[in-house]
Amino acid sequence: MKQYINVLDRPLSKGKQEVSLSGFAFLFSELVQYNQTQVDNIAELERRLEDAGYAVGARILELLCHREKGNRRETRLLGILSFMHSTVWKALFGKVADSLEKGTEHEDEYMISEKELLLNRFISIPKDMGAFNCGAFVAGIVRGVLDNAGFPAVVSAHFVPVEGQQRPRTTILIKFAEEVLQREARLG
Amino acid sequence: MAPVAPRSGDAIFANVERVNAELFTLTYGAIVRQLLTDLEEVEEVNKQLDQMGYNIGVRLVDEFLAKSNVSRCVDFKETAEVIAKVGFKMFLGVTASVSNWDAEGTTCSIILEDNPLVDFVELPDTCQGLYYCNILSGVIRGALEMVSMKTEVTWLRDMLRGDDAFELQVKLLKQVPEEYPYKDDE
Repeated sequence: MKQYINVLDRPLSKGKQEVSLSGFAFLFSELVQYNQTQVDNIAELERRLEDAGYAVGARILELLCHREKGNRRETRLLGILSFMHSTVWKALFGKVADSLEKGTEHEDEYMISEKELLLNRFISIPKDMGAFNCGAFVAGIVRGVLDNAGFPAVVSAHFVPVEGQQRPRTTILIKFAEEVLQREARLG
Repeated sequence: MAPVAPRSGDAIFANVERVNAELFTLTYGAIVRQLLTDLEEVEEVNKQLDQMGYNIGVRLVDEFLAKSNVSRCVDFKETAEVIAKVGFKMFLGVTASVSNWDAEGTTCSIILEDNPLVDFVELPDTCQGLYYCNILSGVIRGALEMVSMKTEVTWLRDMLRGDDAFELQVKLLKQVPEEYPYKDDE
Protein backbone atom coordinates (compact mmCIF):
# COMPACT_ATOMS: atom_id res chain seq x y z
CA MET A 1 0.00 0.00 0.00
CA LYS A 2 1.48 3.33 -0.94
CA GLN A 3 1.68 6.02 1.67
CA TYR A 4 1.57 9.49 0.27
CA ILE A 5 2.94 11.58 3.06
CA ASN A 6 2.18 15.22 2.53
CA VAL A 7 5.50 16.98 2.83
CA LEU A 8 3.86 19.75 4.88
CA ASP A 9 2.74 17.29 7.54
CA ARG A 10 6.21 16.00 8.21
CA PRO A 11 8.02 17.52 11.20
CA LEU A 12 10.56 20.18 10.31
CA SER A 13 14.16 19.13 10.87
CA LYS A 14 16.21 21.05 13.41
CA GLY A 15 18.75 22.03 10.82
CA LYS A 16 21.63 20.32 12.54
CA GLN A 17 22.21 17.64 9.96
CA GLU A 18 25.41 17.93 8.00
CA VAL A 19 26.98 16.61 4.85
CA SER A 20 30.61 16.64 3.88
CA LEU A 21 32.03 19.82 2.39
CA SER A 22 33.52 17.85 -0.46
CA GLY A 23 30.12 16.38 -1.31
CA PHE A 24 28.73 19.89 -1.54
CA ALA A 25 31.74 21.09 -3.52
CA PHE A 26 31.27 18.28 -6.06
CA LEU A 27 27.59 19.14 -6.42
CA PHE A 28 28.28 22.84 -6.88
CA SER A 29 30.97 22.13 -9.44
CA GLU A 30 28.49 20.07 -11.47
CA LEU A 31 26.02 22.96 -11.29
CA VAL A 32 28.61 25.35 -12.69
CA GLN A 33 29.80 22.90 -15.33
CA TYR A 34 26.26 22.18 -16.51
CA ASN A 35 25.53 25.90 -16.80
CA GLN A 36 28.72 26.47 -18.74
CA THR A 37 27.39 24.19 -21.45
CA GLN A 38 24.16 26.17 -21.64
CA VAL A 39 25.54 29.66 -22.13
CA ASP A 40 27.87 31.55 -24.45
CA ASN A 41 29.24 34.26 -22.23
CA ILE A 42 30.13 35.04 -18.66
CA ALA A 43 27.27 37.43 -17.96
CA GLU A 44 24.75 34.71 -18.84
CA LEU A 45 26.59 32.22 -16.62
CA GLU A 46 26.53 34.62 -13.70
CA ARG A 47 22.85 35.27 -14.25
CA ARG A 48 22.02 31.57 -14.26
CA LEU A 49 23.99 30.95 -11.09
CA GLU A 50 22.22 33.90 -9.52
CA ASP A 51 18.84 32.53 -10.51
CA ALA A 52 19.71 29.20 -8.95
CA GLY A 53 20.75 31.00 -5.79
CA TYR A 54 17.57 33.09 -5.79
CA ALA A 55 15.47 29.97 -5.35
CA VAL A 56 17.66 28.83 -2.45
CA GLY A 57 17.38 32.25 -0.82
CA ALA A 58 13.60 32.37 -1.04
CA ARG A 59 13.31 29.01 0.68
CA ILE A 60 15.91 29.60 3.33
CA LEU A 61 14.09 32.80 4.33
CA GLU A 62 10.84 30.92 4.93
CA LEU A 63 12.60 28.14 6.76
CA LEU A 64 14.61 30.38 9.06
CA CYS A 65 11.76 32.77 9.81
CA HIS A 66 9.60 29.87 10.84
CA ARG A 67 12.20 27.97 12.78
CA GLU A 68 14.39 30.60 14.38
CA LYS A 69 12.35 33.73 14.59
CA GLY A 70 8.95 32.34 15.45
CA ASN A 71 7.34 33.50 12.21
CA ARG A 72 8.37 37.10 12.57
CA ARG A 73 10.05 38.80 9.67
CA GLU A 74 12.22 41.87 9.81
CA THR A 75 10.65 45.02 8.43
CA ARG A 76 13.50 47.48 8.89
CA LEU A 77 16.53 47.76 6.66
CA LEU A 78 19.16 47.30 9.35
CA GLY A 79 17.13 44.47 10.79
CA ILE A 80 17.08 42.50 7.58
CA LEU A 81 20.75 43.18 6.96
CA SER A 82 21.78 41.91 10.33
CA PHE A 83 19.45 38.92 9.91
CA MET A 84 21.27 38.19 6.65
CA HIS A 85 24.71 38.70 8.09
CA SER A 86 24.24 36.54 11.16
CA THR A 87 21.28 34.16 10.98
CA VAL A 88 21.31 33.32 7.29
CA TRP A 89 25.09 33.10 7.04
CA LYS A 90 25.28 31.02 10.19
CA ALA A 91 22.63 28.61 8.93
CA LEU A 92 24.16 28.18 5.50
CA PHE A 93 27.88 28.49 6.09
CA GLY A 94 28.27 27.75 9.78
CA LYS A 95 29.62 31.17 10.74
CA VAL A 96 28.52 34.79 10.64
CA ALA A 97 29.74 36.84 7.69
CA ASP A 98 33.09 38.52 8.15
CA SER A 99 31.80 42.04 7.87
CA LEU A 100 28.84 44.21 7.02
CA GLU A 101 29.51 47.74 5.81
CA LYS A 102 27.56 50.65 4.52
CA GLY A 103 28.71 52.00 1.19
CA THR A 104 30.32 55.41 1.39
CA GLU A 105 29.49 56.64 -2.07
CA HIS A 106 25.80 55.84 -2.27
CA GLU A 107 23.05 55.83 0.32
CA ASP A 108 21.52 52.63 -0.97
CA GLU A 109 24.60 50.42 -1.06
CA TYR A 110 25.69 47.91 1.55
CA MET A 111 28.42 45.32 1.44
CA ILE A 112 28.81 41.96 3.09
CA SER A 113 32.36 40.67 2.90
CA GLU A 114 33.84 37.28 3.38
CA LYS A 115 37.52 36.44 3.40
CA GLU A 116 36.98 33.19 1.55
CA LEU A 117 33.53 32.11 0.45
CA LEU A 118 32.87 28.47 1.22
CA LEU A 119 31.79 28.00 -2.37
CA ASN A 120 34.96 29.39 -3.86
CA ARG A 121 37.28 27.29 -1.74
CA PHE A 122 37.96 24.66 -4.36
CA ILE A 123 37.40 26.82 -7.40
CA SER A 124 40.03 28.60 -9.45
CA ILE A 125 38.95 30.92 -12.22
CA PRO A 126 40.90 30.61 -15.48
CA LYS A 127 42.35 33.89 -16.78
CA ASP A 128 40.11 34.01 -19.83
CA MET A 129 37.02 34.20 -17.65
CA GLY A 130 38.11 37.54 -16.30
CA ALA A 131 36.05 38.80 -13.44
CA PHE A 132 33.70 35.87 -13.14
CA ASN A 133 32.92 34.90 -9.58
CA CYS A 134 31.03 31.80 -8.50
CA GLY A 135 29.94 33.93 -5.59
CA ALA A 136 27.16 34.91 -8.00
CA PHE A 137 25.35 31.95 -6.45
CA VAL A 138 25.61 33.55 -3.01
CA ALA A 139 24.59 36.90 -4.48
CA GLY A 140 21.51 35.11 -5.76
CA ILE A 141 20.79 33.68 -2.31
CA VAL A 142 21.03 37.16 -0.79
CA ARG A 143 18.78 38.60 -3.49
CA GLY A 144 16.27 35.81 -2.92
CA VAL A 145 16.12 36.49 0.80
CA LEU A 146 15.84 40.26 0.40
CA ASP A 147 13.30 40.13 -2.40
CA ASN A 148 11.00 37.77 -0.56
CA ALA A 149 11.32 39.78 2.62
CA GLY A 150 10.07 42.84 0.80
CA PHE A 151 13.38 44.60 0.16
CA PRO A 152 13.97 44.47 -3.58
CA ALA A 153 17.63 44.94 -4.43
CA VAL A 154 20.28 44.34 -7.05
CA VAL A 155 22.97 42.08 -5.65
CA SER A 156 26.31 41.20 -7.15
CA ALA A 157 29.50 39.48 -6.08
CA HIS A 158 32.97 40.94 -6.55
CA PHE A 159 36.53 40.00 -5.83
CA VAL A 160 38.41 42.62 -3.88
CA PRO A 161 42.17 42.12 -3.67
CA VAL A 162 43.49 42.50 -0.16
CA GLU A 163 47.01 43.40 0.85
CA GLY A 164 48.96 40.59 2.32
CA GLN A 165 46.45 37.94 1.34
CA GLN A 166 47.04 35.64 -1.55
CA ARG A 167 43.41 35.17 -2.55
CA PRO A 168 41.18 38.20 -2.91
CA ARG A 169 38.29 38.56 -0.54
CA THR A 170 34.75 38.37 -1.85
CA THR A 171 32.32 41.22 -1.39
CA ILE A 172 28.60 40.92 -1.95
CA LEU A 173 27.35 44.33 -3.02
CA ILE A 174 23.71 45.06 -2.24
CA LYS A 175 22.03 48.01 -3.90
CA PHE A 176 18.53 48.57 -2.58
CA ALA A 177 15.71 49.80 -4.78
CA GLU A 178 14.39 53.33 -4.45
CA GLU A 179 11.14 52.23 -2.79
CA VAL A 180 13.02 50.55 0.05
CA LEU A 181 14.82 53.75 0.99
CA GLN A 182 11.65 55.79 0.74
CA ARG A 183 9.87 53.36 3.00
CA GLU A 184 12.76 53.42 5.48
CA ALA A 185 12.63 57.21 5.55
CA ARG A 186 8.87 57.17 6.15
CA LEU A 187 9.19 54.70 8.99
CA GLY A 188 11.71 57.00 10.60
CA MET B 1 55.50 0.36 8.23
CA ALA B 2 52.29 -1.29 9.34
CA PRO B 3 49.36 -0.50 7.02
CA VAL B 4 46.82 1.91 8.46
CA ALA B 5 43.61 0.14 9.40
CA PRO B 6 40.49 1.21 7.50
CA ARG B 7 38.50 3.80 9.41
CA SER B 8 34.84 3.55 10.09
CA GLY B 9 32.42 5.86 8.31
CA ASP B 10 31.64 7.75 11.50
CA ALA B 11 35.28 8.42 12.27
CA ILE B 12 35.95 9.78 8.80
CA PHE B 13 32.82 11.89 8.78
CA ALA B 14 33.86 13.41 12.09
CA ASN B 15 37.19 14.35 10.57
CA VAL B 16 36.12 15.88 7.27
CA GLU B 17 34.92 19.43 7.02
CA ARG B 18 31.17 19.58 7.04
CA VAL B 19 28.58 21.95 5.74
CA ASN B 20 24.93 22.41 6.60
CA ALA B 21 22.78 19.77 4.93
CA GLU B 22 20.11 22.33 4.12
CA LEU B 23 22.41 24.28 1.86
CA PHE B 24 23.17 21.00 0.11
CA THR B 25 19.50 20.06 -0.17
CA LEU B 26 18.45 23.46 -1.49
CA THR B 27 21.33 23.60 -3.98
CA TYR B 28 20.38 20.18 -5.31
CA GLY B 29 16.80 21.36 -5.60
CA ALA B 30 17.96 24.38 -7.58
CA ILE B 31 19.88 22.09 -9.93
CA VAL B 32 16.88 19.84 -10.55
CA ARG B 33 14.66 22.86 -11.11
CA GLN B 34 17.09 24.33 -13.63
CA LEU B 35 17.24 21.03 -15.48
CA LEU B 36 13.47 20.77 -15.57
CA THR B 37 13.16 24.28 -16.97
CA ASP B 38 15.85 23.72 -19.60
CA LEU B 39 15.13 20.18 -20.67
CA GLU B 40 11.40 19.91 -19.94
CA GLU B 41 11.28 16.16 -20.66
CA VAL B 42 11.44 14.16 -17.45
CA GLU B 43 13.40 11.37 -19.14
CA GLU B 44 16.03 13.84 -20.31
CA VAL B 45 16.35 15.23 -16.81
CA ASN B 46 16.81 11.72 -15.42
CA LYS B 47 19.58 11.09 -17.94
CA GLN B 48 21.26 14.40 -17.24
CA LEU B 49 21.17 13.81 -13.48
CA ASP B 50 22.71 10.40 -14.02
CA GLN B 51 25.43 11.93 -16.19
CA MET B 52 26.19 14.59 -13.59
CA GLY B 53 26.35 11.90 -10.96
CA TYR B 54 28.71 9.91 -13.11
CA ASN B 55 31.06 12.90 -13.43
CA ILE B 56 30.98 13.36 -9.68
CA GLY B 57 31.50 9.67 -8.97
CA VAL B 58 34.58 9.49 -11.14
CA ARG B 59 36.33 12.10 -8.98
CA LEU B 60 34.66 11.21 -5.72
CA VAL B 61 36.15 7.75 -5.66
CA ASP B 62 39.68 9.20 -5.43
CA GLU B 63 38.80 11.17 -2.36
CA PHE B 64 36.99 8.20 -0.92
CA LEU B 65 39.95 5.88 -1.33
CA ALA B 66 42.34 8.48 0.03
CA LYS B 67 40.37 9.29 3.15
CA SER B 68 39.01 5.92 4.08
CA ASN B 69 42.09 3.71 3.77
CA VAL B 70 40.03 0.69 2.79
CA SER B 71 42.01 -2.21 1.48
CA ARG B 72 41.14 -3.84 -1.81
CA CYS B 73 37.70 -5.41 -1.58
CA VAL B 74 37.79 -9.17 -1.99
CA ASP B 75 34.44 -9.49 -3.71
CA PHE B 76 31.42 -7.50 -4.77
CA LYS B 77 29.67 -8.18 -1.47
CA GLU B 78 32.37 -6.36 0.39
CA THR B 79 32.29 -3.54 -2.14
CA ALA B 80 28.60 -3.00 -1.59
CA GLU B 81 29.01 -3.03 2.19
CA VAL B 82 31.82 -0.50 2.00
CA ILE B 83 29.78 1.82 -0.23
CA ALA B 84 26.79 1.66 2.06
CA LYS B 85 28.55 1.95 5.40
CA VAL B 86 31.58 4.10 4.67
CA GLY B 87 30.86 5.89 1.41
CA PHE B 88 27.39 7.20 2.12
CA LYS B 89 28.34 8.14 5.67
CA MET B 90 31.43 9.97 4.58
CA PHE B 91 29.75 12.18 2.01
CA LEU B 92 26.12 12.40 2.94
CA GLY B 93 26.30 11.76 6.65
CA VAL B 94 23.77 8.94 6.53
CA THR B 95 24.26 5.19 6.64
CA ALA B 96 22.68 2.86 4.17
CA SER B 97 22.15 -0.86 4.44
CA VAL B 98 22.68 -3.66 1.97
CA SER B 99 20.27 -6.50 1.36
CA ASN B 100 18.59 -8.69 -1.24
CA TRP B 101 21.62 -10.47 -2.51
CA ASP B 102 20.93 -12.74 -5.44
CA ALA B 103 22.32 -16.26 -5.74
CA GLU B 104 25.46 -15.35 -7.66
CA GLY B 105 26.31 -12.37 -5.50
CA THR B 106 26.29 -9.90 -8.36
CA THR B 107 23.15 -7.96 -7.58
CA CYS B 108 22.17 -6.30 -4.35
CA SER B 109 20.02 -3.52 -3.00
CA ILE B 110 21.27 -0.54 -1.09
CA ILE B 111 18.58 0.89 1.12
CA LEU B 112 18.51 4.45 2.43
CA GLU B 113 16.09 5.39 5.15
CA ASP B 114 17.28 8.93 5.47
CA ASN B 115 18.22 10.99 2.44
CA PRO B 116 19.40 14.58 2.77
CA LEU B 117 18.69 15.24 -0.91
CA VAL B 118 14.94 15.01 -0.48
CA ASP B 119 14.24 17.13 2.58
CA PHE B 120 11.31 19.44 1.89
CA VAL B 121 10.66 17.86 -1.52
CA GLU B 122 7.38 16.80 -3.02
CA LEU B 123 6.97 15.67 -6.62
CA PRO B 124 4.20 17.49 -8.48
CA ASP B 125 1.85 15.59 -10.75
CA THR B 126 3.61 16.84 -13.85
CA CYS B 127 6.89 15.20 -12.85
CA GLN B 128 5.78 11.78 -11.76
CA GLY B 129 8.35 10.02 -13.93
CA LEU B 130 11.23 11.91 -12.38
CA TYR B 131 13.85 10.03 -10.38
CA TYR B 132 14.72 12.95 -8.15
CA CYS B 133 17.79 11.29 -6.65
CA ASN B 134 19.12 9.95 -9.89
CA ILE B 135 22.38 11.72 -9.24
CA LEU B 136 23.12 9.06 -6.63
CA SER B 137 22.86 6.25 -9.12
CA GLY B 138 25.28 8.09 -11.40
CA VAL B 139 27.72 8.62 -8.55
CA ILE B 140 27.80 4.93 -7.67
CA ARG B 141 28.14 3.92 -11.31
CA GLY B 142 30.95 6.40 -11.93
CA ALA B 143 32.83 5.51 -8.79
CA LEU B 144 32.67 1.77 -9.41
CA GLU B 145 33.71 2.19 -13.02
CA MET B 146 36.91 3.87 -11.85
CA VAL B 147 37.73 0.79 -9.84
CA SER B 148 37.19 -1.50 -12.80
CA MET B 149 33.64 -2.60 -12.19
CA LYS B 150 30.98 -1.99 -14.78
CA THR B 151 27.62 -1.78 -13.06
CA GLU B 152 24.03 -0.93 -13.72
CA VAL B 153 22.20 1.03 -11.05
CA THR B 154 18.44 1.38 -10.97
CA TRP B 155 15.84 2.60 -8.52
CA LEU B 156 13.49 0.06 -6.98
CA ARG B 157 11.80 2.14 -4.34
CA ASP B 158 11.48 5.88 -4.13
CA MET B 159 10.01 7.69 -1.14
CA LEU B 160 8.93 10.60 -3.29
CA ARG B 161 6.66 8.24 -5.16
CA GLY B 162 5.04 6.93 -2.03
CA ASP B 163 7.31 4.07 -0.98
CA ASP B 164 8.72 3.81 2.51
CA ALA B 165 12.43 3.98 1.72
CA PHE B 166 14.91 4.58 -1.07
CA GLU B 167 16.17 1.39 -2.64
CA LEU B 168 18.86 1.27 -5.27
CA GLN B 169 19.59 -1.93 -7.12
CA VAL B 170 23.26 -2.31 -8.02
CA LYS B 171 24.06 -4.99 -10.55
CA LEU B 172 27.61 -5.93 -11.40
CA LEU B 173 27.85 -6.41 -15.15
CA LYS B 174 31.50 -7.24 -15.42
CA GLN B 175 34.87 -6.72 -13.86
CA VAL B 176 37.13 -4.97 -16.30
CA PRO B 177 40.74 -5.97 -15.72
CA GLU B 178 42.96 -2.97 -15.27
CA GLU B 179 44.94 -2.21 -18.36
CA TYR B 180 48.51 -1.22 -17.92
CA PRO B 181 48.81 2.01 -19.86
CA TYR B 182 52.45 1.70 -20.83
CA LYS B 183 54.08 -1.02 -22.88
CA ASP B 184 56.79 -2.78 -20.92
CA ASP B 185 59.28 -3.05 -23.70
CA GLU B 186 59.32 0.62 -24.73
